[in-house]
Amino acid sequence: MRHIISILVENKFGVLSRVSGLFSGRGYNIESVSVGATLDPMVAQMTIVTKGDDQIIEQITKQLNKLIDVIKVTDLTEFEHVEREMVLIKVSPKAEFRAEALRVVDIFRAVIVDSSPKTYTIQVTGDEKKIQAIIDLLKPLGIKEIVRTGKVAISREGKV
Amino acid sequence: MKLTGAEIFLECLKKEGVKHLFGYPGGVVLNIFDALYDQKDVELILTRHEQGAAHMADGYARATGKPGVVLVTSGPGATNIVTGVATAYMDSIPMVIFTGQVPTMLIGNDAFQEADIVGITRPCTKYNFLVKDVNDLARTIKEAFYIATTGRPGPVLIDIPKDVTVAKAEFKYPDKVEIRSYHPSVKGNMWQTKQAAEVIAKSKRPVIIAGGGVITSGAAEELKELAEMTKIPVTLTMMGLGAFPGDHKLCLGMLGMHGTYYANMAVHNADLLIAIGMRFDDRVTGKVEGFAPGAKIIHVDIDPTSIRKNVRVDVPIVGDVKQVVRDLNKVIREGAKESWGAVRKSWLAQVEDWRAENPMDYEQDDVIKPQFVVEKIYEITKGDAIIATEVGQNQMWAAQFYKFKKPRTWLSSGGLGTMGYGFPAAIGAQFAYPNKLVFDIAGDGSIQMNIQELATAMLHNLPVKVAILNNCYLGMVRQWQELFFNKRYSSTCLIGTPDFVKVAEAYGAVGLRASKPSDVEGVIREAIKVKKTVFMDFVCDQMEKVYPMVPAGAAINEMLLRPKGEILPARKKLRAVK
Repeated sequence: MRHIISILVENKFGVLSRVSGLFSGRGYNIESVSVGATLDPMVAQMTIVTKGDDQIIEQITKQLNKLIDVIKVTDLTEFEHVEREMVLIKVSPKAEFRAEALRVVDIFRAVIVDSSPKTYTIQVTGDEKKIQAIIDLLKPLGIKEIVRTGKVAISREGKV
Repeated sequence: MKLTGAEIFLECLKKEGVKHLFGYPGGVVLNIFDALYDQKDVELILTRHEQGAAHMADGYARATGKPGVVLVTSGPGATNIVTGVATAYMDSIPMVIFTGQVPTMLIGNDAFQEADIVGITRPCTKYNFLVKDVNDLARTIKEAFYIATTGRPGPVLIDIPKDVTVAKAEFKYPDKVEIRSYHPSVKGNMWQTKQAAEVIAKSKRPVIIAGGGVITSGAAEELKELAEMTKIPVTLTMMGLGAFPGDHKLCLGMLGMHGTYYANMAVHNADLLIAIGMRFDDRVTGKVEGFAPGAKIIHVDIDPTSIRKNVRVDVPIVGDVKQVVRDLNKVIREGAKESWGAVRKSWLAQVEDWRAENPMDYEQDDVIKPQFVVEKIYEITKGDAIIATEVGQNQMWAAQFYKFKKPRTWLSSGGLGTMGYGFPAAIGAQFAYPNKLVFDIAGDGSIQMNIQELATAMLHNLPVKVAILNNCYLGMVRQWQELFFNKRYSSTCLIGTPDFVKVAEAYGAVGLRASKPSDVEGVIREAIKVKKTVFMDFVCDQMEKVYPMVPAGAAINEMLLRPKGEILPARKKLRAVK
């Protein structure tokens, strides 16, 4: 089962290495990782997407908590959360499909950030389903290259 | 007053009460060694290999409970201690290791004797630091000692570049450190503790498994109270030897791959396991699916990652073992059950039946049996010596035949299984206790790995007694090859082993040899009488095996036992021994 884990860490050199070393050293799988600063310059936020059964996820969470630089570990899969990822897709559609490519971009509220006689570079943001859908639609038009940021997620606030 | 980094280093060690520093000099630590030169508070013990320094600090830490401290130079000096650091990491031993580093502007430049030791030891230290600014040095050292000695202890490495040792700063040693992301939990959950007490009261066939955590926590008294009060038999993991007196009638000895028959049978047939300060390592559980099939498990450990890692647990209690067992004892005492004795009678009788069925035994012969040597050492020292071991058959026989009575008298590399650990560890322990009897039980393979430390022992007049169970083979591997690889002894025959008596004498130590069983007692007594470092070369049976043995992939009740009247294959004439 896919889990998305949000980790708050001390913003010190080597922390990313420590966390990824933990995953590789113990054979846990990292599907994607994204890191960034938070409001506090001393604290960084990492979002890791990993896969495993309950026992493995429990071990991963405990091992992460054990790391001295890790301040807080939250398995967002357990809660209501918002997930987003940004993808840059370079498509090279044949002349007769160039218009179709633009229609797909419109439908998904994506934007063209670069264009050339042969290609368009499309920037799209969304959750996993939306990203997969636009990739599926663009594939037959000819995708030259895809670059992904990795997912970030944030918990939803209770409505009550 | 402004002090140089080197002077700050020294002042910090003094504040931490460090008396012994094990190390080896080099280019980038010249300033530190200069600061150490004409002071008397911290003694730098010069070893002959950095690995020896690491193991010495480890042995010192295991024997005293205080952190072992190491100081080595950059590059090869640092990489030479990696094995020692990994050994301490696997066994949760508190150590603080200082490595020199090339000046900050040269870091990352492939400079002379540069090694990314922080990167290399990241997976095998509890934490590590690279100090780039001398103003951070004192606080970093305080944090390192704090991290190394609290929670589940472990080795912490501090990499200090040369220019930091020269730069000056105001010396201020913080009174305490706060690390916001590190709060080891010490007090166990009381609800879980009460649950545990209830489960214990209901159990019919309980066994306590005590591990290294009992020793680290200093909980031997609490454990004894628990066992004696509830009349539950106690078995020990290899790391837990000494946590419960080996000669106590409730003690079942060691369990696991080379544990006693009765301990393994008791655990396998138990309906409750009270696991205290142990981590269900694969050497203990055997095949996990077949481990203690009918038992509920109470697991007490300070490290939450150890709980539910290998086996499913019914009552997990995260906390410091001493505190938790003390609380547990209180709860049990309050719900006092006068009839503990009656409830346990049949289970204890069953356990004694297993003990009588297959006691720890070996066949005497006209060649020295290694088990006989260990038994004799136990007899003559009355179980009161500090015993370090190397790894392999020598380690297993020492664990099986020496009944440890007190904690911190057994020094052995459990998790990593490092050959060459025992001799320097024994030296480290002897530094800590100059008046105690310290033995290293070694094999002919292992002793050659750090034999150069004879020089260190001699230099400091340390009367360490090394008992070499010399069987001309890499014993444990040879045993596996005999049992599972059709006796194809691939690279396990140690031809070319030197005459250990001559080697000892070359270093100025005493060398003794026992060639027949009747020599053994005399050699041991002579070694103890002589107040010098001694190598005892025991010419042992080459084909002896460690029994019982749980083969790989088997459950712990599927032990291979010593066949009665086993005819050992003919011995090779491998050395010219007088």
